Amino acid sequence: MAMTPRALAPLALAFGLLATGCHQDMWQQPKVKSQSRNEFFVDRMGSRMPVPGTVAYGQPRTDAEFYTGYGKDGKLVREFPVPVTAELIKRGQERYGIFCSHCHGAAGDGQGMIAKRGFTLARPVGNYHSERLRAMPVGHFFDVVTNGYGTMYPFKARIKPYDRWAIAAYIKVLQESQRTPIADLPAEERAKLDAMPYDPSQDAPPEPVAAPPARTVAPAPAAAAGGAQ
Amino acid sequence: MPQIFGPAVNTIATVSLFAGAVVPFALLLTGSALTSSPYNTKVTVPLDQPAPFSHRHHAVELGIDCRFCHVSVEESAQAGVPSTDVCMTCHSQIWTNSPNLEAVRKSLETATPIEWNKVNAVPDFVYFNHSIHVARGISCNNCHGAVNDMHITWKGNAFRMAWCLTCHENPQNYMYADPGSNLSPREQVFALYKKLAAGDKLTQVERQLADGLEQVMPADKVHEGYKLMNERGVNVSQLKDCYVCHH
Repeated sequence: MAMTPRALAPLALAFGLLATGCHQDMWQQPKVKSQSRNEFFVDRMGSRMPVPGTVAYGQPRTDAEFYTGYGKDGKLVREFPVPVTAELIKRGQERYGIFCSHCHGAAGDGQGMIAKRGFTLARPVGNYHSERLRAMPVGHFFDVVTNGYGTMYPFKARIKPYDRWAIAAYIKVLQESQRTPIADLPAEERAKLDAMPYDPSQDAPPEPVAAPPARTVAPAPAAAAGGAQ
Repeated sequence: MPQIFGPAVNTIATVSLFAGAVVPFALLLTGSALTSSPYNTKVTVPLDQPAPFSHRHHAVELGIDCRFCHVSVEESAQAGVPSTDVCMTCHSQIWTNSPNLEAVRKSLETATPIEWNKVNAVPDFVYFNHSIHVARGISCNNCHGAVNDMHITWKGNAFRMAWCLTCHENPQNYMYADPGSNLSPREQVFALYKKLAAGDKLTQVERQLADGLEQVMPADKVHEGYKLMNERGVNVSQLKDCYVCHH
């Protein structure tokens, strides 16, 4: 016996009722999630840049020294605009490890992994232990992290101002660590150093760090031999 | 009057009785196997991307911290997919002619974001927050699988509610502190990748995580999990409240 359309109707109704449960509007809601595409805008970017000149509510950024590293006299600040505490330095050490060490090296000598893989071809990565950088006011390090320098990209979108100061503080610590004579260490710290196991591979003479050469089309042979892989 | 049903119909009747009992179950099981298989969930299936980015190469072989690219993972709901600028921090100078990076160069040139194919997603009615999980010491690998092994990124787990609840019901099984270190839970999350990059010895739990296995506290150590829960302020009575994830 073939089913008549009349007999099929209840089945179709039941199926239709079931299918009404299949809509997706809770799964895909008409809202913008961060970094998602949005057809409302011409460039289809859901995440928008603030309109130039606007100030986020409660974030006027009036403290120029803290946010730019430059004082009211237009010169780089020599004093930290935040209290320099052990906590700040520890934070700086962590952030330095995340964002800086890959190029500048764990010791700040400009011999990081990326430097060794060819970033130095155009110009060597900054070495914090050069006379020039030892003499730089702290504002310089904040400014470079914020706005970049040479081939280094700006990090202001990735690192918050307080953390940039923390990194600047840690760079100062690194500079001290490399120029303090061993005789100046307190006996307690000296004992710790003496107790460390001796690793001959760590005893290799440090590579000479040349001053930044003038930009040339071809890398200087010495730089190529020392840095490029 | 001839018989309407011949003897063959007996067989048909038996078979249809049997089939009537078995076929619905078989259908259910097949459907369930299909929906939970990688064919549907895409778990372990590497997803094509505009640029073939390798987490293994960058995070383990080069030792770049997760947070170099995923900058907001510690303080925001989203880990954040890096902008083209982040790639170009190094690749403006390194591998500048690589065809693998064509999409990245084009993105920078035209100021158009790269549209990565989303590997991990939750429905819009789920509010997952990365920062709170990192702050309580839940490893990236716990949810994302062995990211350290992924050349092309794949989904480590099908994010089903029942799966979320295995931890939200028994968080003591997923609390972990390396006895040999005094790192904060947050720092410990990232210490795993530093160890992998340096080739350091891993603890048993770290080994499990690095292999993409489920991190479950050994039965004799569960009391430590409870202790860590208290120290880290994990409130299990709240973890199963609907509004925690659906608000």
